[in-house]
Amino acid sequence: MINFDNVTKIYPNQNRAALENVDLSVNKGEFVFLVGPSGSGKSTFLRLILKEERPSEGRIHVAGKDLARLTNWKVPHLRRRIGCVFQDFRLLPNKNVYQNVAFALEVIGKPRRFIRRVVPEVIDLVGLEGKHDRMPDELSGGEQQRVAVARAFVNRPMILLADEPTGNIDPATSIGIMKVLDRINRTGTTVVMATHDAAIVDSMRKRVIELEYGKVVRDQVRGVYGQAY
Amino acid sequence: MRSNFVFQEIWVGLRRNLTMTVALIVVVAISLSLLGTGLLFVKQVDSTRTYWQSKVEISIYLCTASSANPNCHGAITDAQKQQIQTMLTSMSQVQNVTYVSQQEAYQLFRQDFANDQSYVSTVKETDMPPSFEVKLHNPQADYNIVSSAVTGAAGVDSVIDEMTILDKFYKLLNGARNAVVIVALILVVAAVMLVANTIRLSAFNRRRETGIMRLVGASNFYIQLPFLLEGVIAGLLGWALAAGLLIGVKSLLLNNLQQYFSYNVALSATDLVEVILLAMCIGVLLCGVTSFLTLRRYLRI
Repeated sequence: MINFDNVTKIYPNQNRAALENVDLSVNKGEFVFLVGPSGSGKSTFLRLILKEERPSEGRIHVAGKDLARLTNWKVPHLRRRIGCVFQDFRLLPNKNVYQNVAFALEVIGKPRRFIRRVVPEVIDLVGLEGKHDRMPDELSGGEQQRVAVARAFVNRPMILLADEPTGNIDPATSIGIMKVLDRINRTGTTVVMATHDAAIVDSMRKRVIELEYGKVVRDQVRGVYGQAY
Repeated sequence: MRSNFVFQEIWVGLRRNLTMTVALIVVVAISLSLLGTGLLFVKQVDSTRTYWQSKVEISIYLCTASSANPNCHGAITDAQKQQIQTMLTSMSQVQNVTYVSQQEAYQLFRQDFANDQSYVSTVKETDMPPSFEVKLHNPQADYNIVSSAVTGAAGVDSVIDEMTILDKFYKLLNGARNAVVIVALILVVAAVMLVANTIRLSAFNRRRETGIMRLVGASNFYIQLPFLLEGVIAGLLGWALAAGLLIGVKSLLLNNLQQYFSYNVALSATDLVEVILLAMCIGVLLCGVTSFLTLRRYLRI
C-alpha cells in the first residue's frame, strides 16, 4: 500500500537530512505507529505520502502509484484515497458537525443524495450520533477530533494518516479516539499514526516504526513505545 | 460540478472583504470609463477628420485693387488669372479648381453674416478678393507641392490651407484624448494592484477552507474557481458602472458638443456599444488574468 524505496529527504538550506535512506513498506490493512522524538522525520514521512513534498532521492509508491510519475493535476485524486487527521483538528469554525464532514465530499463534487446518505453513517461510526447540529466550539476536544476523523474517513480512503491525533486530548478521551481508529482499521483501511503517546502504543500492540534523526532505528511487528522513554 | 457550492463560496468571499470589493469595483469602473472616454474621443476625432478630409480645400486668394501685399501690383489681370488656372488644372495632384469671383465671394459673405447687418454694410463688394478654391486628391501629402507652386506667382495674394486651421482643432482633441488615456492607464495599473490584493486577502481569509480542500483532494480548478470568479464578478460590476458612465459621457458631453458645429459628425449608438463591449473585454480580462496570476502565487496547490 505504501512503499518507500531508499528515500532521502533534505529540505532546502538544511545540512541534515529530514529522512535518510528510509526503506520500508506498509501493507494493506496494517496499523502502524510512527514514533520518535520531535524533528525525527515523522511529519516529513507523512507529507511525502501525500506528495506535499518530493523526496530528494529514492522512490515512493502509494496505492500502486509511483509518486514521482504522478502529474500535478492527478495529485488531488491521490489525496482522495488518503484521509488525514491532525493534532489541531482543523475543523471549519463556521460550519456545524454535519457540514464539516459534508464539506469533504462537496468539494470533490459528490452528488447531494450520496452526501445525505453517507455523512450520518460516518458521524454515527465515530460516536457522535445526535450531535449533527453542534458547532465545533460547542464540542470537547475529543469530540472535535472525532469530527476530524469522520471527515477524513467519509470518502472511504484506502489509507488514513494521523499526525499525533491524541496530542491535544487527555488520556481517557484518547482511548476513545483510538477505538475509532481501530474500528476504521478493521474495515480494511491502512492506518499510519505518528505519536508520542507511549501508553497508547504499548496498549495497542501494533507494528511500531521508530525514527531518530531521520533514520529508521526500529521496526517491530508487535512493538511497544520503547525502553528509552 | 456543484455550482451552488461555488456561488456560495464566491458570495462569502465578496462579503468578507466588502470594503476591498467596493474599492475594487469603483476603481475598475472609473478606469474603464476613462479608457472608454478616450476611445470615444478617438472615434470622434476620426469621424470629424474624415468629414473634413472630404471637404478641405486650398484657397488661393487673388490680388484686388486694395490688396496690401507687396506682391500685388493692383488687381489681377485676366491673363494672370488664366495662367494660374491652367497651371493648377495641369497639376496631377489637383482634383478640381473652382473660381470664385468677387461678386460670388460677396454673396457668400453676406450669407454667412446675415445676422450681422452692421458688419455686412461696412464691407463693399470690391473689398472681397476673388479666389481659386482648389480641391486635392490627397490634401495631407500634396498640400506643400501645390501651395509652393502658386505662392509668389503674379497676381496671387495669399494661399490658405484649411488643413492648418483644422490642425489646431485636432491638436486640442488629441491632447484631451491623450490626457484621458494616460489617466486611464494609471488607474488600470491601480486596478490591477487592487485586484491582486483583494484576491490575496480573500485567499488568506479562506486559507483554512482551501487547506482542507487541498487535503481531501479537491481539484485545483475547484479550489481556484471561486477566487477567479470573485475577481471576474467584481470586474463585471465595475464594467456595468462604467457602461452607465460612458452612456452619460456620450449623451451629455459629446452630443452637446455637436451643437457648436454646423455639420453633423455625432457618434452613432453602434460606436458607443463597440466601446462599451471593448471595455467589458478589457475589464474581465484584466481581473481574470490578475486573479489567476495572484492565485498561482498565493494559493499553493
